[in-house]
Amino acid sequence: MLTTILKRLLGAIPNLIGVVVVTFLLTRALPGDPAAFFAGGAGTAEAVEEIRKKLGLDKSLPEQFIVYVRDLARGDWGMSHATGQPVLTELTTRLPASLELTLAALLLAVIIAIPLGILAATRPGSWVDHLCRGIATAGVSLPTFFTGLLLAYIFYFLLGWAPAPLGRLDPYLSAPPLVTGFYLIDSLIARDFPVFVGALKQLILPTITLALFVLAPLARMTRASMLGVLSADFIRTARASGLAPRTVLFSYAFRNALLPVMTTLGMVFSFLLGSNVLVEKVFAWPGIGSFAIEALVASDYAPVQGFVLSMALLYVLLNLSIDIAYGFVDPRMKIEN
Amino acid sequence: MKSRTLLCAASLVLACAPALAQDKKQETLIVANETGPNMLDIQGVGANRPAYGVAWLAYDRLMTYGKKKLANGVQSYDFAKLEPELAESWQIAKDGMSVTFKLRKNATFHDGTPVTAKDVKWSYDRALAMGGFPTFQMKAGSLEKPEQFEAVDDGTFKVTFLRKDKMTMPDMAVPVASIYNSALALKNATKEDPWAATWLKNNTGGGGAYKVASYKPGQEIIYERFDDWKSGPLPKIKRVIQREVPSAGNRRALLAKGDIDMTYEMPPKDFAEMSQEKGNVKVSSVPAENSMIYVGMNVTKPPFDNAKVRQAVAYVLPYDKIMASALYGRGAPLFGGKKPVSGTDWPTPTPYATDLAKAKALMKEAGMEAGFETTLSFDLGQGTVSEPMAILVQEALAQLNIKVAINKVPGANWRAALLKKDIPMMINRFGGWLNYPEYFFLWTYHGQNAVFNTMSYQNPAVDKLIDAARFEADKKKYAQDVKGFIDIAYTDVPRIPVVQPMVDVAMQKNVEGYTYWFHLQPDYRQIFKK
Repeated sequence: MLTTILKRLLGAIPNLIGVVVVTFLLTRALPGDPAAFFAGGAGTAEAVEEIRKKLGLDKSLPEQFIVYVRDLARGDWGMSHATGQPVLTELTTRLPASLELTLAALLLAVIIAIPLGILAATRPGSWVDHLCRGIATAGVSLPTFFTGLLLAYIFYFLLGWAPAPLGRLDPYLSAPPLVTGFYLIDSLIARDFPVFVGALKQLILPTITLALFVLAPLARMTRASMLGVLSADFIRTARASGLAPRTVLFSYAFRNALLPVMTTLGMVFSFLLGSNVLVEKVFAWPGIGSFAIEALVASDYAPVQGFVLSMALLYVLLNLSIDIAYGFVDPRMKIEN
Repeated sequence: MKSRTLLCAASLVLACAPALAQDKKQETLIVANETGPNMLDIQGVGANRPAYGVAWLAYDRLMTYGKKKLANGVQSYDFAKLEPELAESWQIAKDGMSVTFKLRKNATFHDGTPVTAKDVKWSYDRALAMGGFPTFQMKAGSLEKPEQFEAVDDGTFKVTFLRKDKMTMPDMAVPVASIYNSALALKNATKEDPWAATWLKNNTGGGGAYKVASYKPGQEIIYERFDDWKSGPLPKIKRVIQREVPSAGNRRALLAKGDIDMTYEMPPKDFAEMSQEKGNVKVSSVPAENSMIYVGMNVTKPPFDNAKVRQAVAYVLPYDKIMASALYGRGAPLFGGKKPVSGTDWPTPTPYATDLAKAKALMKEAGMEAGFETTLSFDLGQGTVSEPMAILVQEALAQLNIKVAINKVPGANWRAALLKKDIPMMINRFGGWLNYPEYFFLWTYHGQNAVFNTMSYQNPAVDKLIDAARFEADKKKYAQDVKGFIDIAYTDVPRIPVVQPMVDVAMQKNVEGYTYWFHLQPDYRQIFKK
């Protein structure tokens, strides 16, 4: 098992090298001029040249690339000029914010989508099935920023049930000491319950917004996959053998239907992490998506490269863990030694 | 005190908590805005606008500006009056070629080190050495060489003038001329980084009224009052929490619900509506000094190299419609004024107003009746106002057979696009810090062709008048020079001024003491809650 994981990780190295080269070239191909952007207020032509030199952008492309790779090898991901911070610091402070939100949303979506999908599959054409279809269609067709704004308007502005959309914590509370970067976990470690409750409250609306969006593919996939499995021969055999409906449904059908659902889950997760910019903007969530977008707008090369690279790393790890999880769900899928 | 403690102890904790929270709320100000500072050092490369605000609060200058009440009741700084900040007093030499500052004896930086003239000298030298914006801002006041700055003794600082420039003294009161704690900065400097640029990005080494208690770029900055501040009356607000909330709609909701105390940088429509609503919110508005939204035309290339064509465009713009549907009336009109210009007030309305017949006649004179095709560009970052404005301009120009394609340029590319100077027609805005017309013209009309002379307009007659006005001591002659260059600029119309935009800040009704500053950043030192 361990050697397999190691082998997989080694196998990912060429991909990562490709990512490094391609992002480097792509960022350089962006039309903006970072030197002109950062020259700011009184940017005369000389000031822009001065700044170009300071940013090291007066060097040739291959030279810039060598500098970039050398720094990367030393663990230096470069500086974000827009925020003035090292990219690595930015990523490590912002990634947990995004991860916490994404994981919470996924959890909520799974809790709703899988039972919904199973119910819809066992009673095709019933009201549950229609409800499932309705939710799925609505979830996919409503853009997240719209759902987000709508939820904030109703539950915060009109009803006053939800807390102010001011980011991860109420301004009067201070963040728990950093351990994992997840406020829910860190506040529990610090035994700071008001902060835990505060962080949880702030999470609710953005989590629902994101969960609504990912509910659709998960519920549809569960339903389709369950329908397929339920009409398979071995289920008919199981039923004919007089096994309890519950056993048939969960031990045999659901376990077999889970594989495509897990694949979808993996895809949705990676997709969510990078693309929940709009939700982050609406709820002032200091996540990684808005950071990447702002860096792109400013043609700030280092953070864009850092973002893509960290996403690539995350994908590699995610794919690996999903492959490993397959093995537990279905022994036939166990990765070979 | 004792009885209160007893009372607290006697009653349940729950009953006391709200009272304490009330105190805390009274002394805390929560502000939400679109973007926060990208670094804490205004002299750093690429410092953004909100970073000016950090410099203003966490650092002191030698001098600051006086205050005045504007006609609409809003408090504003007074650019004509300099007042002591770190310097207790100053004396201009008899020959008018130098100034000597006496520093406050008891002033310290946040870490307790006394402020000396050496720190001032180091800070000014740094502003010149950092390059880019701080250096250019210093130069705008003829502060160009380190030899000009001299620490005579610990409490005396002398600046020698290169020439008699009326902007020299005011330039020492702008945020760039902040005084840094040189000993602290030098401790964190390295051989490659002698001015501690890296360290000062994330740390402050100042002695201003507020300390930066916490700074999370892209999220929030928290200020705490510096209780030993000596350079002015102690601020009433103890703690300021400034969060970044990108969605303007949410900021409006937060304000209406009372969850934040203050916000700015909203679309004009929101400000227009909020100032009408009867609620707990008030809006404070001042036309931004020395600034305008304009339509610029590149005079180096046909068809806009022809002044008649430019005048025709100036006569066909739908000014009233732009005011109503792009700006929601938030601004002072810069059209339909008298001809020739009456005084040295700036910005002042142009003589142009919408007049289709005149515009058509001018196009005919220019031999351009058949019209032409062109592109109108604007910065997408200013899209809330510029986009509806561009559509209105497009519609209006069609009446002169001018076919306009609209080109939206993303924020990052805008500056680069301006530097290339090849945009035929654009909607843009410009504001100058130092409130002098010749300062505005130096950046935007002068033949030195700075980046903000977006039209590449070059006219020796205008240059001569601008240069003369800069160093003119005689008031009458000065007024003549100013009127002179405004008149030429308005007859040649390389840029068509449209509106002087409004600086709006929305706040809770109990927030008092807001002051308008030329750098447009909020100054929490004067703010208090009723």
